[in-house]
Amino acid sequence: MSTSALIVQSGLADHLRKSRWPARLDLLQSGTGLILALFMWGHMFFVASILLGETAMWTVTRMFEGYFFFGGARPRLVSCVAAGVLLLFVLHALLALRKFPANYRQYRVLRAHVRAMRHEDSALWIWQVYTGFALFFLASAHLYQMLVWPQNIGPYASADRVWSDGLWPFYLLMLLAVEAHGGIGLYRLAMKWNWPRFSRNFLKKLKWGLTGFFLILGLMTLGAYMKIGFEHQARYGERYRPAELPAWLERLAPEGDFPRRGPKENAS
Amino acid sequence: MSAEKTPNPSRRVTLNILRYNPQEAESEPRLQRYALEEADGMTLFIALNELREHQDPTLQFDFVCRAGICGSCAMMVNGRPRLACRTLVADLPSETTLTPLPFFELIGDLSVNTGKWMRGMSERLETWLHARETEPDLGRIEERMQPETAEAIYELDRCIECGCCVAACGTAQMRPDFVGAVGLGKIVRFRADPRDTRDDDDYFELIGDDTGVFGCMSLLACHDVCPKSLPLKTQIAFLRRKMALIA
Ligand code: HEM
Ligand code: SF4
Ligand code: SF4
Ligand code: FES
Repeated sequence: MSTSALIVQSGLADHLRKSRWPARLDLLQSGTGLILALFMWGHMFFVASILLGETAMWTVTRMFEGYFFFGGARPRLVSCVAAGVLLLFVLHALLALRKFPANYRQYRVLRAHVRAMRHEDSALWIWQVYTGFALFFLASAHLYQMLVWPQNIGPYASADRVWSDGLWPFYLLMLLAVEAHGGIGLYRLAMKWNWPRFSRNFLKKLKWGLTGFFLILGLMTLGAYMKIGFEHQARYGERYRPAELPAWLERLAPEGDFPRRGPKENAS
Repeated sequence: MSAEKTPNPSRRVTLNILRYNPQEAESEPRLQRYALEEADGMTLFIALNELREHQDPTLQFDFVCRAGICGSCAMMVNGRPRLACRTLVADLPSETTLTPLPFFELIGDLSVNTGKWMRGMSERLETWLHARETEPDLGRIEERMQPETAEAIYELDRCIECGCCVAACGTAQMRPDFVGAVGLGKIVRFRADPRDTRDDDDYFELIGDDTGVFGCMSLLACHDVCPKSLPLKTQIAFLRRKMALIA
């Protein structure tokens, strides 16, 4: 046992030099939260490509699988990204535990306090705790799925998951939780570190605006997958493949996978 | 405050006041209703004195300066901390609830011992000037200070230790060892003072953990209720950055 460990065990930790860890943990909490929230918004745009049509979503999916770079789809790449996000996510959740009300007494006094104060930012934080707690389960399940079955992403595969596998209520809950949590989180980050230095009023409006935007985008996207899944249920499991690609994309596709329409063919 | 809300002289207001005396074994917390006639320019402090004089001599509450300077009359007004002497009855709804500041030791009814906690916090955070020499030479002329520095320190020194920020803070309600915005503000004040010889490593020893700046969750209730409108949000964020840089 090190001397310092023995001093800590003796309940004399206050007499040691202060650990630097609380500072590092605070930075890590903010850093993981920031990356997760920005990832989540980027991810929302990619998923929403379905609103531009099945081919657009197919193209985005194949792109992340390296299809246009490695001469074929490599879903493992998606697993790697999911593993990275899962790691950040676990770290973030672990750090968040420090801030959760730790017992009923703390929870009760916090809730009574927030209700009596009618103070918006304090109320937002309580919602961050609720939604963060929900994400423990929702995001874990989702990330695990992407980690283990990365090949099951695509206009029909995802739509079948949403509709025929009955996961749409799950995605709906996760959408609400993650948008609320991430949006509040980013606003609080700006308050916490006083950066970017826009007025609090403006940042609050921006936060609500962005949350509204991503919620609408998310709901439209979920609706699109539900519709496709509903129409596709008879052919559950069948994979989407574009009949033909726009010429510029086709040129990027692996050799022989799509008929090449060279300048000569086009001319004839 | 607002011009159009000139008090209606005939308005009757109701004050629901939390009554509890921890000194009496049989006392139980309860709300007691009082009704009184609103007068011109009446503050909550005046209203409470009137109740004590004419209706209930047992009612306990604190005040000293009646001018928002001493910080002793803070209480929860409809759930939020405010100074009773700076709160016009005309700005309140006709039914108002008064409860003591949470977090601090309750003396009785609306009276709490903020002074005791403030003193403990000051000793813990060593909120006094740590000058170079231990035996100051009283004959020597004081070192000069830039007017801007003096101004900045003066601004931070406007805190009246009323405890509103601590009473408003969700973190403090959950974790009684949190030093509160008032404590963090004092560290910023001494850090700004060129006569204080302590550096950021020393300050880290005082507030570099979850009872200090890293415990603050930036809920900003402190900032929103401070009766002296101190820029607590900016100060705490500033301190957080300085302390995070050390790690
Ligand atoms: C298991 C899932 C999660 C839990 C339990 C959780 C919990 C929390 C809690 C309690 C806080 C407040 C921390 C504090 O006050 O210092 C927080 C902050 C934050 N969270 Fe999460 N969260 C989770 C997932 C996520 C996800 C998926 C995102 C991305 C959208 C995210 C983004 C953020 C951001 C940006 C912050 C602000 C960081 C800060 O205050 O320093 N969180 N999280
Ligand atoms: S910082 Fe403001 S609210 Fe807090 S004790 Fe000082 S004056 Fe009161
Ligand atoms: S910003 Fe920090 S000190 Fe102020 S109320 Fe919030 S948690 Fe408390
Ligand atoms: S009585 Fe001094 S601040 Fe109100």
